[in-house]
Amino acid sequence: MPLFARLYNFACWLTQDRATAEDLVQEAFTKALKGFSSFRQGTDFRAWMYRILRNTYLTSKSGLQAFVSFDSDIDAPLPPSTDETPESLLLARVEQQTIQDTLEELPMYFREVILLSDLEEMSYQEIAQTLGIPMGTVMSRLFRARRAMRTLLATRLKEAAQ
Amino acid sequence: MSCELWQDWLDVYVDEGCTPEQLEGIEDHLRGCTSCSAEVLARMQMKRATRAAAARYAPSPEFQARIAKSLQNRRKSLWAITWIPGLAIVAASFVILAVSFTMLSHHHQREQAFAELLDLHVATMASSNPVDVVSTDRHTVKPWFQGKLPFTFNLPELKDSPYRLLGGRLMYFKHSPGAQLLFELRKHQLSVFILQDQPDSVPLQAGQTTANEKGFSMETWSELGLRYVIVGDSSPADLHALGDLLRAAGGQ
Repeated sequence: MPLFARLYNFACWLTQDRATAEDLVQEAFTKALKGFSSFRQGTDFRAWMYRILRNTYLTSKSGLQAFVSFDSDIDAPLPPSTDETPESLLLARVEQQTIQDTLEELPMYFREVILLSDLEEMSYQEIAQTLGIPMGTVMSRLFRARRAMRTLLATRLKEAAQ
Repeated sequence: MSCELWQDWLDVYVDEGCTPEQLEGIEDHLRGCTSCSAEVLARMQMKRATRAAAARYAPSPEFQARIAKSLQNRRKSLWAITWIPGLAIVAASFVILAVSFTMLSHHHQREQAFAELLDLHVATMASSNPVDVVSTDRHTVKPWFQGKLPFTFNLPELKDSPYRLLGGRLMYFKHSPGAQLLFELRKHQLSVFILQDQPDSVPLQAGQTTANEKGFSMETWSELGLRYVIVGDSSPADLHALGDLLRAAGGQ
């Protein structure tokens, strides 16, 4: 099954629950098999699969709740930039658990774009296809997401140091 | 353009999303700006740390078996109700895609492993303290790793060769400890990574592979359960000659 383990990991990050993630992956694979004729040869199969998974999640109850504040928050002013640069954060030896906790804390629309870029190493074009948004929006959302992540990480490290 | 104006583009550069024109502009700036160069390196490290942290959940074998069975049943029922030749074409396409993507996925993992080791080598070159044990003597460097690594290795006698051992350091790759040894050849520095050869943790092909990554050469091989990877900006032939010395020492 192509992409099975990676889709499962992504589903867990979306749902934050293994049982729900299993249902989501199973439903996505069933839909992919059923709708395989709609896949256009020569287009990006990986983006197609991730889009099915994400759309399946979006139409579920928990998915709707996770993205409920999407429209109002996405264009909100950026949080003030902190003095913490990625370099200073890394010098503080950020532990894997801290990064995972920070990712969990990020709003869904920031978390997913970071996962698609940093974990799945998708190009901006692939992310745009997966999320169904223009490439310029992908770039600005990633920029906001990373700044939000740095701010959260800096806060966590400050709290830990106190 | 001032550093502030470049800040928005650093992420795009790290994500390899720049157009050739943008790339030229940003690389021109980076060559003359140590602050932005350090920022780029840090963002690359942050991206890598996020990637490692985000690969968190693995499906259980039971779930994998359950979904495979469920999809098999689904395929059977589809087979029964649809036009057989049409479905055969769809199924064949699916299998071809599955195989292609498995191959692509393996290729991607291998590329990723090489890229991580290359990053480690470059970061070592940029460090003011590149090695933890500084010595040209193999009988000093090798014992330094005792108690730090769950394996041991042999180092070659370099007296009659153009290579010089500079030292070594402990490194981590895919959550496992390994040795990074630094060698010098005519002012060029080469890193030799020695890791436990586990298929899941080091997704590199068995045997020797020489690859060119952004002007760097690499050579890798597996021997006695250990994976050796040489990285450097020397020619593939120079890397191979060092590899021969290490292989000869490994067989002692």
